[in-house]
Amino acid sequence: MFDLDRWREIFQAISKNKLRTVLSGFTIAFAILLFTLLFGIGNGLKNMFETQFAGDSQNSVYVYSGRTTKPYRGLQSGRRIQFRNDDLQFMNEEFEKEIQFFSPNIQRQMQGSYKGEQNRYTVRGVYPDYQPLESAVIESGRFISVLDLKNRMKVVTIGRLVEQDLFGQLSGLGKEINLDGFAYNVIGVFSDPGGDNDERYIYAPFTTLQGMYKENDEVDYVGLTFNPKMNVDQALLFSNSLTKQLKDKHSVDPRDQNAIRVRNYAEGTKNVQQFMTVLNVIILFIGIGTLVAGIIGISNIMVYIVKERTKELGIRKALGASPNSIIGMIMMESVFITALAGYVGLLIGVFTLKAIGDGLEDYFIINPSVENYVVVGATIILIIAGTIAGYIPAKRAASIKPIVALNDD
Amino acid sequence: MIEIKNLHKSYPMGKESLHVLKGLDLFIKEGEFVSIMGSSGSGKSTLLNIVGLLDIHDEGEYYLNEELIQNLNEKKAAVLRNKFLGFVFQSFNLITYKTALENVAMPLYYKGVNRKERQQTALEYLEKVGLKEWANHLPSELSGGQKQRVAIARALVTKPKVILADEPTGALDSTTSHSVMEMLKEINAEGMTVFVITHEEDIAEQTDRIVRLKDGVIISDEKVNKTVNA
Repeated sequence: MFDLDRWREIFQAISKNKLRTVLSGFTIAFAILLFTLLFGIGNGLKNMFETQFAGDSQNSVYVYSGRTTKPYRGLQSGRRIQFRNDDLQFMNEEFEKEIQFFSPNIQRQMQGSYKGEQNRYTVRGVYPDYQPLESAVIESGRFISVLDLKNRMKVVTIGRLVEQDLFGQLSGLGKEINLDGFAYNVIGVFSDPGGDNDERYIYAPFTTLQGMYKENDEVDYVGLTFNPKMNVDQALLFSNSLTKQLKDKHSVDPRDQNAIRVRNYAEGTKNVQQFMTVLNVIILFIGIGTLVAGIIGISNIMVYIVKERTKELGIRKALGASPNSIIGMIMMESVFITALAGYVGLLIGVFTLKAIGDGLEDYFIINPSVENYVVVGATIILIIAGTIAGYIPAKRAASIKPIVALNDD
Repeated sequence: MIEIKNLHKSYPMGKESLHVLKGLDLFIKEGEFVSIMGSSGSGKSTLLNIVGLLDIHDEGEYYLNEELIQNLNEKKAAVLRNKFLGFVFQSFNLITYKTALENVAMPLYYKGVNRKERQQTALEYLEKVGLKEWANHLPSELSGGQKQRVAIARALVTKPKVILADEPTGALDSTTSHSVMEMLKEINAEGMTVFVITHEEDIAEQTDRIVRLKDGVIISDEKVNKTVNA
């Protein structure tokens, strides 16, 4: 394998027979190139969908309360259900395993102002866990912390657009803004992939707002994310069970659709995932098709190469080449060309995808790219195919009687 | 050196089979210069292929260098060819993309000689056939006579026991034919067994012994009177 002399023979055969090298190399390079491009564009399509459904965590669950619509356990309909702090504790205890991030929420519209600039904003009192829930990205400073919560600090983390409204080009960090007459210290600014609306929120510690605007222990609604290890069906099962237990706890008819509402993003995710699965199957199908075409191509070329070399192989045998050395030579040449050409095709493909970048956004393709392991896997498959494709004719060539090979013109 | 007893060979031709060699007996001593004469279809090429281990006989016995050739697999045949036999073909059979030097060095590659020694030895033999200056030329840049001389150098390079030449002058004009034959004579004079196949009377007459073949049987086997040629 690492016999330098043999490699010299192979390099000479490759470089002195350019047409055949180029032919076989081109087939492989082209197959890998097509494979890379198709896969990349398919992935771009997938990326597009993922971006469309970004904004909030894909595993978010929101729990709202309202008025009952059905009498139950002797209680009349029209009764208002109010979540309280003990509900938070209940949920966390009952579903410790299923819940990943958890945050109760108090939401108010407030007039926010800073030195004459003012606007109306939605202010949310939350736990630190709310940040991953909303997929908020901290641009500067920090998000609400456990300590803020504990000390009922008058601090806020504001959206990028809030900062723009109130502070213009300047940084809002460390400044005091006024919300409905109370001063809050700005401790952080966030951006949100979900877009403009999501960047107009102001987040304050849950306990601060609860103390100021709600009666001691009331909660507006609850946001949480389920353990991402759960699949969609498990997630739906979890939210159903959560609904059932909360209804039971608040004596709500299990058929009551209004009193306790649980909105699980997994439902939407399920549809998207189904669509993605179909898309993946299509991409896979096309990819395999391309590979098969490449394999057939390289097989044909190997048959042609061996045929073309029959006489040369006959001469080599007459001069003392053993059948194994003939097989080894042809196969190593085949593997070498396949590997090299495959790599070239891969590079061209990856660079093309890079060059396309986001240029095809209008065609629903975002950041087309391929995972390395997919392409490397494809190249390895082609190399193996090239080896097998080379082996069969090489073995036949090696077993031809030298006298027959010598007479071949 | 070469001993053949009751050798038979037939080729299948559709349902029929063509009986080419019909019981040959031949003994060639070391250092002989023998020619096999015969018209086309007489079986002379088949004989050479069997002697050269390029083909297998059906019946009879064949000893090469006192070794009985039987049940020969390709691998073993390759080793024996490399060790004992040197081939010179009518159509030269040089590898087109290799230079004269690389062509001559090739049997040494299969013998397992290292690269430096290969090149040195190959160059020595090219010098011997008078083509040292042409070492780095491709076969396409050489004349027919030169190609055949490269082929002879290639046949000699492993110092084989027997040189098998199949119509070595068949593709050459009379002048170059003559010089190629002179070269074979020289080789023979150095003690190597040379086995030439030809259908040309004047070529055969330059050897020491002429075996005439017709329809698969030997019809005559005679020494050439050297004084006639001198």
